[in-house]
Amino acid sequence: MVDNELRDELSKQGVVLTSLAELYNWGRKNSLWPLQFGLACCAIEMIAASMSRFDIARFGAEVFRPSPRQADLMIVAGTVTKKMAPQVVRLYNQMPSPKYVIAMGACAISGGPFKQGYNVLKGIDRYIPVDVHIAGCPPRPEALLEGLMLLQKKIAGQRLTVGGGQPPQDAGELPVPSYGEHDLVPSKNTELWQPPVLAPSE
Amino acid sequence: MKFGPYQFLALFALAALVFALSPLAIAWLWSRVFAPHKAGPVKNATYECGLEAGPTGWVQFKADYYLYGIVFLIFDVETIFLLPFAVAFQGLSAGACLAMLVFVLLLAEGLVWVFAKGVLAWK
Repeated sequence: MVDNELRDELSKQGVVLTSLAELYNWGRKNSLWPLQFGLACCAIEMIAASMSRFDIARFGAEVFRPSPRQADLMIVAGTVTKKMAPQVVRLYNQMPSPKYVIAMGACAISGGPFKQGYNVLKGIDRYIPVDVHIAGCPPRPEALLEGLMLLQKKIAGQRLTVGGGQPPQDAGELPVPSYGEHDLVPSKNTELWQPPVLAPSE
Repeated sequence: MKFGPYQFLALFALAALVFALSPLAIAWLWSRVFAPHKAGPVKNATYECGLEAGPTGWVQFKADYYLYGIVFLIFDVETIFLLPFAVAFQGLSAGACLAMLVFVLLLAEGLVWVFAKGVLAWK
């Protein structure tokens, strides 16, 4: 085994050493295939990011797949209505592991301007584990690219073996909510998301 | 040891087979070690853009619709014949007019028959 210090020294001398995990992650993080779906106006920014001006292909994430079977990145771009939430969770379940989620925009993070509304989910992280949150309403394509780079950093630090940096929920399928009489049932995945506890004011 | 001229072909065929199969074998081994299958009922379900797959396509259609469709087709074709008849009406001979009249009357009789049979009443 070569320790990091020796490897840095060698790379300065023109000898590049790598480990299997690093090589694999290098390929993995530079070939993220997003699931091709958009929910609201953030999707327009996502489309702009994939076009020539911003060119998400520079980061290897231009292959938008129309099927969850071939995608490993879910960009939740836009308002998740309560009617759409079960579909989003089901699509997440249908993606092969390892899979990643970017919550793009205020709506996907928290419900955004529709937070007080009756029909909008107050954040997709209530049902699926989110890796990167991108603030903005909508975020500019540059923000999406920065979020993608953050995710790439996260992937680069993961281990190859089972459980290496993957969220524990990844072992099985997440429960898909259904539309009940008044609201989604269950209203949240308590393993993933706990309601914030408000401290009493003094 | 002396090789026959065709033994090299067998050797090449063997090499080609190994060349073709070894990437597949490596991919299979790699997926076994690093990407174990995580199957589940939702994951294995039919892909319907996130929706649950609907009921089966083997449903009964109303046979009445078949009769209705045939009647529609017949009178649709009649309209196609009526239009050139109307355009060329002034230049037609008496025999042609008579033939057209028989055609229209036959179909009109059919319409009366269909009406009397109750096919046009949508149940």
